[in-house]
Amino acid sequence: MRLHRQRAIASLALVLATGGVSGESIAPTYRHDWSEARSGLAYAGGSLAAMQSDDVANPGMLWVDRGSELWRGAAVSAPACAGCHAEGSMRGVAARLPAWSAPAGRVVDLEDRINACRVVRQREAPLPRGGDDLLALSAFVASQSRGLPLHVEVGGPARPAFERAQAFYVTRRGQLDLSCANCHDALAGRRLGSETISQGHPTAFPAYRLEWQGLGSLHRRLRACLYGVRAALPDEGAQLLTELELFLAWRADGLPVEAPGVRR
Amino acid sequence: MAFARIVVPPAVARGEAFEVRVSIRHPMETGFRVDDRGNGIPRNTLREVVARYAGVEVLRASLGSGIAANPYLRFFVTAQDSGPLTVEWVDDAGKRGTATTDVKVDG
Amino acid sequence: MNGAPRKRVRAGRVRRGRRRWLEAAGALVLAPVFGLASAQGVPGSPDVPGIRALEEYRAGRALRFGRLKLTVPRIADNGNAVPMRITMPIPAGTGATVRVIRLYSETNPVALMAQFEFVVPPPRVEIESRIRLAGTQRVVAIAELADGSLEADLTSVIVTLAACLDGT
Repeated sequence: MRLHRQRAIASLALVLATGGVSGESIAPTYRHDWSEARSGLAYAGGSLAAMQSDDVANPGMLWVDRGSELWRGAAVSAPACAGCHAEGSMRGVAARLPAWSAPAGRVVDLEDRINACRVVRQREAPLPRGGDDLLALSAFVASQSRGLPLHVEVGGPARPAFERAQAFYVTRRGQLDLSCANCHDALAGRRLGSETISQGHPTAFPAYRLEWQGLGSLHRRLRACLYGVRAALPDEGAQLLTELELFLAWRADGLPVEAPGVRR
Repeated sequence: MAFARIVVPPAVARGEAFEVRVSIRHPMETGFRVDDRGNGIPRNTLREVVARYAGVEVLRASLGSGIAANPYLRFFVTAQDSGPLTVEWVDDAGKRGTATTDVKVDG
Repeated sequence: MNGAPRKRVRAGRVRRGRRRWLEAAGALVLAPVFGLASAQGVPGSPDVPGIRALEEYRAGRALRFGRLKLTVPRIADNGNAVPMRITMPIPAGTGATVRVIRLYSETNPVALMAQFEFVVPPPRVEIESRIRLAGTQRVVAIAELADGSLEADLTSVIVTLAACLDGT
């Protein structure tokens, strides 16, 4: 116990020390220890993969359909997304997000990007994070990148955010005092209860999660993880979660986008 | 918002059995859950789902709380004439929904 | 460890008795599981769980096993949505038409999970859906034929809680 606490304090000190340093970072460099990055489907029963790959059986496609309707102009008074963006033009977008946004001055994810368009181009109020319409739109856009390898830029202006998220990922937290790396790196493939721990990749999101009985965002899934270790939950849309999303996308580099995926 | 997907094969031979797959957006509320305030969420499932094709009812289903949310159905129908195949449903709250697709029959 | 010799317990005798007790207790716990194992796909009269709604529907009619097949994964990824398939081959010329198929749960709060009615005989008895299971249990499918006789199958599914609780 004492050693745990000492380690926790040491890593916390390390995290705090790096927090104020821009550019150069002295945080421990993260290195994943798996030989092959694997989709979450590899860690679940076969019926999950079957459900995901069939566009009728995959309930996430119902949100994609709703997103398609919104894209074409339902529920906006301003020009619809489709007015500027040609059919299929969103292919590749989800495979390179999150990314640094110069206008926003921060790392943004797909939902941020959609809302930026809403506010700046359509002059509409941003859609609430975690709300059904934004979920539907992000599912619609993300699904157009299905099969494309995830590849995000973490250099340049995105670097500090990346470093922060990397430090977060390896830091123990919550009542259970676990870091993301403790389970999803060290113990991927091992069992927790009756489930097999996955590598924790973001490629399936927004995903239809059987536990939620609905489609949810990656932010929601990360909140669920934090709940699992009894740590404080940032809100959906929190910058911390978006930066973590960037780190996870980097960590999953090359894995194909599966959105809308189906997960337990 | 009554969203659904309904899919049949692109073309079917007359007299043959063809597969119908339907996916309906519906919470299939069991009636046993409570909301954040502790109030019970009333039961709301698809008490009646009817599939019609070629003027005939080809399936009548009642899906209760034991069927998963956003229900999926797969069943078989005999191909007769080309025409619409419609699935209509009504839930416990009285809300109706419908999904239609065209069946193209050769021969 | 002190030097005094430990009192020698009559370990053999105690162990045997304890083992018997454990075996009996284990058998009691596992009996339903073993009962299921023999029920799957084996014609005869498997141990059908006592489900009141099912008994009321049966109204004393016999259940025939062996033709109707209920397929559900042995272990569910999540009890909220478990894939389910009901099939029954209809040999040509038998005229055995299915009128209604009902699906019963052993331990859900509501036993009758779904009902599928065929006003017109289907060309193929094959229905797929996804069921919701409140815990490990047996599921029973009953097909009523035009002559009122009942074909049945039952299967067991292991359903566990999610490893990490999700408060979102």
